[in-house]
Amino acid sequence: MSVTVTPVSNSARRLSARDLALAAVFAGVTAALGFIPPIYLPFSPVPVTAQTLGVMLAGAVLGAKLGFVSQLLFQTLVIIGLPLLSGGRGGLAVLSGATVGFFVAFSLSALLIGWVTTHLNNTYQWWKGVIIHLVFGLLFVDVLGVAGMMLIAKLTLGKAIIAGVLPYLIGDVLKAVIAALIAHGVHRAYPGLLK
Amino acid sequence: MVVLAVVAIIAQRWIPTALAMLAVVVLAYFLAGIRAKTLWLQLRPMLLMSTFIAVLHALSSNWRLAVVVPATILTLVLLAALVTLTTRTTDLVDVIVRLTKPLKRFGVEPERVGLTLLLGIRCVPLLSGIAGQVREAQLARCGIFDVRAFAVPLIVAAIREADAIGEALVARGFDD
Repeated sequence: MSVTVTPVSNSARRLSARDLALAAVFAGVTAALGFIPPIYLPFSPVPVTAQTLGVMLAGAVLGAKLGFVSQLLFQTLVIIGLPLLSGGRGGLAVLSGATVGFFVAFSLSALLIGWVTTHLNNTYQWWKGVIIHLVFGLLFVDVLGVAGMMLIAKLTLGKAIIAGVLPYLIGDVLKAVIAALIAHGVHRAYPGLLK
Repeated sequence: MVVLAVVAIIAQRWIPTALAMLAVVVLAYFLAGIRAKTLWLQLRPMLLMSTFIAVLHALSSNWRLAVVVPATILTLVLLAALVTLTTRTTDLVDVIVRLTKPLKRFGVEPERVGLTLLLGIRCVPLLSGIAGQVREAQLARCGIFDVRAFAVPLIVAAIREADAIGEALVARGFDD
């Protein structure tokens, strides 16, 4: 019979109430970032949205397990029909569209970023964060995204990269840096999140 | 639905059958009593990408792929959107909870999955509200939008919110 309220989960596998709440609010953060009006770059027709910031931040702030659960929750909410993807997309339709690879990458990217951040960047240094985000938030996501486009849109590798990676590249690199600066700020304001 | 999707994937070998499948799905929308405007709203986000894919295939003068691939993607997307349009969100939450039941042996508790989903649904308006407040505060102070000065307070507020939700759940006997 225990009456102590501990914020950490009491067993290794079970997530505590606070863990579930953290995952839920971070799914909300990813959604809220998708509502920010997209930024249009002068040299590209494709807008840059803040949504993927949420994916990198989930991993970098919450760590592997909760980062993964929060983005899996976000993906599930999108699939059951909430219009949370930037541009107001949502529903099962996301899974049959050409950009499914990028969508699937959300939770896996948060998982990898979280794992590497916890193990190699525990005392959060922002330049390490940038490298982690470039590898697991950008390269990894683009590999899955391009594979999805080749499979569904029957594009060749080169064309899939032209359609799905190049227009976003500058914005994505910027986001990797911004996400690291934000994670750095959050860890300073609220220490003890990465365990 | 599943049958239609499989037929659509087989139909993408020839131009006429692929277009016919697209027509069948559009017909299904009208049978379900969905207005043309709603149908258009489903189509609109897909148009840019579909055109782009068509142009890329046309450039390598592969006309069959230029027609068939966008048509099949549109068919499958519309089909999936039809499920979402005709089913309530709470019913879909129930489906997910039922789907996670076989995962029990891996330590996944279906009731917790359902609760987390509902928490997530609640958190969307909650977080947009906090985002609005942070943004207004920031505009009132300096009048320019800085992503970093926006996201750090947003996330710290979100974590505090999670602490409160966690405590409320424990107070209601959630974690025994």
